[in-house]
Amino acid sequence: MLPASRIPVVVIGAGHAGLAASWFLTREGVEHVVFERGEVANSWLTERWESMRLLTPNWQTRLPGMAYDGDDRDGYATAVEVAGFVKRYAESFGAPVITGSPVESVTAAGDGYEVVTPRHRWQARVVVIATGACNQPKLPDLRAPLQQISTIHYRAPEQVEAEGVLVVGASASGVQIAEELASAGRRVTLAVGNHVRMPRTYRGRDVQWWMERSGLLDDRYDEVDDIVRARRVPSPQLIGTPERRSIGLNELASIGVRIVGRLVGLDERRAVFSGSLANMCQLADLKQNRMLDTFDAWARDAGVDGEVDDPHRPEPTRVDPNPPLGLDLEKEGIGAVVWATGYRSDHSWLHLPVFDRKGELIHDGGIVTGAPGVYRLGLTFLRRRKSSFICGIEDDAADITAHLLSYLQAVARKGA
Amino acid sequence: MTTTQTPPVDNGVNVGALLDARVALSGNPELARFTWKATTEWINGTHSLGTVEGFRGLGGEHKHRSTFTFEADHPEVFAAEDLGATPVEIVLAGLGACLTAGVASVAQNRGIQLRSVKATIEGDHDILGILGADPDVRNGFNQVRVTFEIDADASRADIEALVAQSQKRSAVFDALTNPTQVVVTVA
Ligand SMILES: Cc1cc2nc3c(=O)[nH]c(=O)nc-3n(C[C@H](O)[C@H](O)[C@H](O)COP(=O)(O)OP(=O)(O)OC[C@H]3O[C@@H](n4cnc5c(N)ncnc54)[C@H](O)[C@@H]3O)c2cc1C
Repeated sequence: MLPASRIPVVVIGAGHAGLAASWFLTREGVEHVVFERGEVANSWLTERWESMRLLTPNWQTRLPGMAYDGDDRDGYATAVEVAGFVKRYAESFGAPVITGSPVESVTAAGDGYEVVTPRHRWQARVVVIATGACNQPKLPDLRAPLQQISTIHYRAPEQVEAEGVLVVGASASGVQIAEELASAGRRVTLAVGNHVRMPRTYRGRDVQWWMERSGLLDDRYDEVDDIVRARRVPSPQLIGTPERRSIGLNELASIGVRIVGRLVGLDERRAVFSGSLANMCQLADLKQNRMLDTFDAWARDAGVDGEVDDPHRPEPTRVDPNPPLGLDLEKEGIGAVVWATGYRSDHSWLHLPVFDRKGELIHDGGIVTGAPGVYRLGLTFLRRRKSSFICGIEDDAADITAHLLSYLQAVARKGA
Repeated sequence: MTTTQTPPVDNGVNVGALLDARVALSGNPELARFTWKATTEWINGTHSLGTVEGFRGLGGEHKHRSTFTFEADHPEVFAAEDLGATPVEIVLAGLGACLTAGVASVAQNRGIQLRSVKATIEGDHDILGILGADPDVRNGFNQVRVTFEIDADASRADIEALVAQSQKRSAVFDALTNPTQVVVTVA
C-alpha cells in the first residue's frame, strides 16, 4: 500500500462551496487540496436539465472574492453559465483542485483522518466536506414498471417516451419540468404535496431582492423556531425567465396541467393520490401571504415604501374540489414518471460515527461535533437560510474556516 | 416561543408537555409507537357496542380513566332500529374531534385565545356502493366537508391558518385522505 501523504486540510468537492472554503484557506496560507470526483462545477455540468436557469438573479451570484460582472444583472444564468462562473472562480485564485478523484473513504486515523481516492491516500487534520446537498434523488418507496426519471437525470422533454407523464412533486424543479413537458405537448399530471408558493416579483422587485434585503436569508440556524422543519422546507415554485413570470399551480392549470394530490400509491396499473390537495394549497397560500406581510412590514419600517410599488396579494390557488384520487395509468396513457421529490446528500464514504438514526449527518452549523476537525458546507440551512445558495456560502465558509483555523492552532499547540 | 401578554392565553391545552414529549420522543422513537385499540360486540341486528379501555404506548400498557362505549346502529330508513350512531357518522365525529383538538393545540401554541369552536362535518355517500347495486360506486365517502365556526382573538387569516395547520397534523385527516393497510383476520 502506498504511504499516506500528509496535509493539514482536505476539502472534498469542487462546487462553489468547496471552492469558497479553498479561497479562505488560500488567503490564510493554509496548505490544502480539493478533491473533485469529476471536474470543477461538476453538478452544474452533469446533473441539471438543459433549460434550467438559476432561481436567483445574476446580481446575487457572488462568491468570496468574485461577483457577477456581466451587464444582465437582473437576468438568470443557465447551468452552463453557472459552471463557467464557478470554473473562472477556481482559476481566479489557483484553487488546488485535483479533478477526477472521487473520495472513496474517510476514516479516523492517527491524529486526524485518512482520505482515500483511487489514486491518493492522504492523512489530514481537517476535512471539509463540500460534496453538495443535491447529488442523489430522494425517492419515495414506490415503484412501477414505467419509465422513471429523477430530476438529476432529466434533460429535456424528448427523453420522456410516453404521451402522458406524471410529475411527482411541486417544488421548483417539479413545476418547471411539468411546464416544460406540457409546453412540449405532453399530457401532464402533477402530484402536489407540501409546497412553497412564491411570486417571481413583488411590488415591482424580484422576490429574491425582498428575501435578501429584509434579512430573511440571514436567519440563523440557532435562532429559528424549528430548525428541523426549516431544513426540510422544499424549494419555492420559482423559475428564472427573461420575462420574470411566476410559475405556480394556477399558471400550470391554465396550460392544461392536471393538478392532483400527493402521490401515495403506485403500481403497474394505478396511481393513487392523497385527498389533502386543498389543505396543501391553502397552507401554501397562507404561508405566501404571511411572507408578503413580513416584506410589507419590513418595507414600512425600513422606509423603502417609496422605492417599490403598492402591496398586492396574488390570487388564491384555484383547487378542483374533487381532483381524481386515482388514475388508471393505461387508460390515461401515462407511461412515465418524473420524480421531482427532492434530493439527498451522499455520505456513504464517510466512515465516522456521525450520523443519526435516520442516517443524517449530525452537525452544529457545519461543525461535525462527533469528529473534531470535520466540517460540512453547503447543506440546506446549515448556518443560515441562505446556506445552500451561491450568495450564502461566503458567510458560512468564513465561519467554518475561522473555526478550523483555531482548531488547527489548538492541536498544533498541544502537539508542540 | 409564545410570549404571552396579560391575560395569558388558556385553551386548556398543555402545550409545554406536548413540546417536551416531541423532544423526548424524537430521541426515543420506539416509545412513540402506539397501538390504539377498540372492541366491538354485536348486540342484535346492526346494533353493536364499541368499547375503548386501554392502549399501548410509551413502552407500556395504559388504561383510560374509565371505559368509554359507543352505541352503533343504522337508521330506520335502512330498516334498522336506530339504537346508535351510524358507523360512518362515528368516523365523521372522529375527524371533527381530531381537527378540533388540533385547532385548540395550535391556537395555544400560537398564543390565540379561543372562545368557541364548532365543526360541522358532512360526508357525501352514494349508498349504491354498499348495496352492491352499482359496481362503479365506491363504498366509502365521495367527499367529506368540514366547516369550522371559530370565535377567537385572531384575524381571519390567523384562524384559517389554525385550521389549515390542524389538518396538517391530524391523524384522522391523514387516515381518511391516504390509503392504509387494513388486515382483517378471524382469530
Ligand atoms: C436544480 C437546482 C437548482 C438550483 N438553483 C439555485 C439557484 O438558482 N441559486 C442558488 O444560489 N443555488 C441554487 N441551487 C443550490 C446550489 O447552489 C447548488 O446545489 C450547488 O450546486 C451547490 O453547490 P455545492 O458546492 O454545495 O455542491 P455541488 O455544486 O454539488 O458541488 C459538490 C461537488 O462535489 C463533488 N463530489 C461529490 N462527491 C464527491 C466525492 N465523494 N469525492 C469527490 N468529489 C465529490 C461533486 O462532483 C461536485 O462537483 C440549485 C440546486 C439545484 C439542484
